[in-house]
Amino acid sequence: MSNGQPPLDNPQIRRLTPVLEPGHTYASVTDKIASIVLTRPMSLGWLAGFTLSFSVLMMLTVAIAWLIMKGTGIWGINIPVGWGFAIVNFVWWIGIGHAGTLISAILFLLNQKWRTSINRFAEAMTLFAVACAGIFPLIHTGRPWMAYYMFPYPSAMGIWPQFRSPLIWDVFAVSTYGTVSLLFWFVGLIPDLATLRDRAKSKTQQIIYGMLAMGWRGSARHWHRYQSAYLLLAGLATPLVLSVHTVVSFDFSIAIVPGWHTTIFPPYFVAGAIYSGFAMVLTIAIPLRKAYNLEDFITMRHLENMAKVMLATGLIVAYGYFFEYFMSQYSGNKFDLYLTQMRFHGPYAHFYFALILCNILTPQLLWFQKVRSNVPLLFLMSLIINLGMWLERFVIVVISLTRDFMPSAWGRYSATVWDYATFVGTLGLFTTMMFLFVRGLPAISIAEMRELVAHSEEHE
Amino acid sequence: MIDQRSHLYGVVGEFEDAALLVRAAAKAHEAGYRDIDAYAPFPVEGLSEALGLRSFKVAIITLIGGLTGGLGGFGFEYWVNVIAYPLNIGGRPLNSWPAFIPVTFELTVLGASLAAVFGMLALNKLPQPHHPLFNVERFKRATNDKFFLCIEAHDPKFNLGEAARFLQGVQAQHVVEVKDDD
Repeated sequence: MSNGQPPLDNPQIRRLTPVLEPGHTYASVTDKIASIVLTRPMSLGWLAGFTLSFSVLMMLTVAIAWLIMKGTGIWGINIPVGWGFAIVNFVWWIGIGHAGTLISAILFLLNQKWRTSINRFAEAMTLFAVACAGIFPLIHTGRPWMAYYMFPYPSAMGIWPQFRSPLIWDVFAVSTYGTVSLLFWFVGLIPDLATLRDRAKSKTQQIIYGMLAMGWRGSARHWHRYQSAYLLLAGLATPLVLSVHTVVSFDFSIAIVPGWHTTIFPPYFVAGAIYSGFAMVLTIAIPLRKAYNLEDFITMRHLENMAKVMLATGLIVAYGYFFEYFMSQYSGNKFDLYLTQMRFHGPYAHFYFALILCNILTPQLLWFQKVRSNVPLLFLMSLIINLGMWLERFVIVVISLTRDFMPSAWGRYSATVWDYATFVGTLGLFTTMMFLFVRGLPAISIAEMRELVAHSEEHE
Repeated sequence: MIDQRSHLYGVVGEFEDAALLVRAAAKAHEAGYRDIDAYAPFPVEGLSEALGLRSFKVAIITLIGGLTGGLGGFGFEYWVNVIAYPLNIGGRPLNSWPAFIPVTFELTVLGASLAAVFGMLALNKLPQPHHPLFNVERFKRATNDKFFLCIEAHDPKFNLGEAARFLQGVQAQHVVEVKDDD
């Protein structure tokens, strides 16, 4: 490190912004991250945000209770659009989760140092997003108390699930994904829980963190096996995350509905998932680093790298849209041709154009370094991309189902207030869990930040 | 003397940084101590080698878990859809194996992940709420910013005075004995 003050406005230097600001020691990273959980008093901002989120969560419970009392008729779904918001939201949420696993597993295998300060809360985001996603297919069954029928268990009726069905694949893919994400997250947390146990001042905190830490003491023998298990989990989570959205895309592409029955769906769904997930990570990271003064740990380098990943995956998604269009023209299949026409000129054309604007045109601004280093603009773009990805699923689900093969089967779909209440309600569930998480557990991996400190000392 | 030794867990010394700990661990291993353990707030590069740790048990357990999940999963699907509850779905063969692959894959990953995590915890003998080292006041910093090396009393070469002198010789600070309080 040079002694002189680096010229900060030099773009060459700015591009080399470190993943950890210099001057940190093992103790200072521990202090800074652990203090958010242990000593920081509750702020008015946190309380206001939590209260708002929790009220929205209560709206979700009302919406679900009403649904269970009345049935799915309170939603806008009917024949021909039987899927509607529930499946749109399911695919949207599960896609958001994917960035967390990508950051924690794939970037770990690729030895990317910038993953370290964002992986913990990105993994938390994955878990909460999967929880929100899981609600939808469950309540969409109409009789959620019968959902256990989907699991293979020796029932008195002697019936078993049908393993050729993508809907059963979904059950296994999503529940495995939820379980493995939880394990990965928890294993990563163990050393930090031990840190909290050893720093906690109150008896309650010592007991809770002590039980969760399970007696971790940083033994070299433990670390040896721990690292081996963590690496294996990363290696397992990588193909898993790719498989989950592939299986979700099978829900569509295995069917023969026009606009769904295409082979490009699996890669294009996975890219879209990562795209929306990174947008959500930015949506969370930007306020988080501001609220808890974590700019030293979540630096501009992180934000710029995430913006670049969004740009790249956004281009893959654009390629997917283009080939959907191209294949419909090239195949000459009249149903596919008609569906494409409906996307451009049909009753839902404004959704399609909004989708192109949000997902393809807006992200092109990310080519410019000035945009990538403008934090408020990045935040705004992350919200636009989240919206765009939601519209994408709406276009896929609704336009195809309203324009099936037979004109007699055509129809319209519009969501009711209960559809919106349920969707917005899951946003409340997500943010409520996020608010609790940042105050209850270290939002950045302390042990891994110490490793970064050790590495930056070596290079001094 | 014997009576006192049974209450002694070992001797522990504290180090300022990771490099000192790795050097001390390597020297202790060279000096013939085998029941030693190092403690660090993060996984230190080179520490496993210094202590002579080379175990692939977690990997083997994970492999077994994955194979069990995958083979068990496929076998189960076969049994369900061919033997227990055969259904004709669009004229496909009962054993339509390509359609069984997604679930087989998911169960492989699930089995391997569960085995990796619970295997690791079991080999590490966790959860273990109490450990004699927790009696050492300064040991709290093993999860913060300090590094420790402990020579355990059940090492055949162990001698309290010698072990303490050895630790001081490799620049350990605050060398103290660890009592096992039971």
